[in-house]
Amino acid sequence: MFEQLLQSLQDSTIATAIREGESLFPWIECVHVLALTLVIGSIAILDLRLLGLASRDRSVVQTTASVLPLTWTAFLFAAISGGLLFSSNATTYAHNFHFQVKMALVAVAGVNMATYHLFLNRGADSWQTAAVTPLRARLVGGISLCLWIAIAAFGRWIGFTINLPT
Amino acid sequence: MMGLHSLDGFCNWLGATSTSQTLQTVGWIIPAVQTVHILAVAAVVSSALILDLRLLGLRGIDQPLAAVARRFLPFIWWPLPVLLVSGALLITAEPARSLENPVFILKMGLLLAAASVTLACQLPLRRNPGFWDLSVARKRTARLIAVASMPLWVAVIFAGRWIAYVQGT
Repeated sequence: MFEQLLQSLQDSTIATAIREGESLFPWIECVHVLALTLVIGSIAILDLRLLGLASRDRSVVQTTASVLPLTWTAFLFAAISGGLLFSSNATTYAHNFHFQVKMALVAVAGVNMATYHLFLNRGADSWQTAAVTPLRARLVGGISLCLWIAIAAFGRWIGFTINLPT
Repeated sequence: MMGLHSLDGFCNWLGATSTSQTLQTVGWIIPAVQTVHILAVAAVVSSALILDLRLLGLRGIDQPLAAVARRFLPFIWWPLPVLLVSGALLITAEPARSLENPVFILKMGLLLAAASVTLACQLPLRRNPGFWDLSVARKRTARLIAVASMPLWVAVIFAGRWIAYVQGT
């Protein structure tokens, strides 16, 4: 069932065009790299603020407000371009270990972020302006930073471990 | 064509060194170095974008330009040594792939241009934190700097990815 879904995705007109085209794949890859550098770079700004290592003269609330719209916009582009790259050889990518781990790590990063916004920033007014944030904020920031570094690494490893049919 | 031959010779020599051989044969080194390279690019390009958006007056206008510049300029310059070292390792592993590749030369040119544009924004601020806000003409120049900077950094990234797809001459 899942395999059939992957196969039909891969047989779609757009996936076929990406797979068989001369330069479509590299151009989409360019967009993907640009988008992911902006996702990781912008989220790192917030993570470093939560850790109390950067932007200490600015509150967590201000940092979040100025950075997260950029993160989400870039993430949208990364997801769309990544989806297109995936579709071109869906059956192969889906079975790649590094791809699977990367997707799992993105999900964990999402949970980590949601946990912070839903539960951990309560009563924030008392500490959001302080240079030193509570342990739970530092944990969320540190975990997020590690996750995104790992996501970048696993993403890069996909290109070295994938065996695309020729 | 002497130049080409000597560049060929250099690439062959570099590719035969034991450092290059190690980089080529130990499988995890190249993807690891590329990951470091991409993370450093992430710091540079994100910081440059935030500074450019502030120059354009599109984001972060609740704080002075000088404050944004002070916070983010270090994240544009300090990753550069990391990029140079990781980039040099990638060149050492496969010298001709980049040194004889027109896209690599293009990327280096774009990088120089992007760095120059960043300096053009930064140096006047060093003398006077309010420099870019002092007149309508300066505000317009600041916007021009931002408009030039963003496509240059995007082009650096795109060229970087295309190195892998364009054959060296």
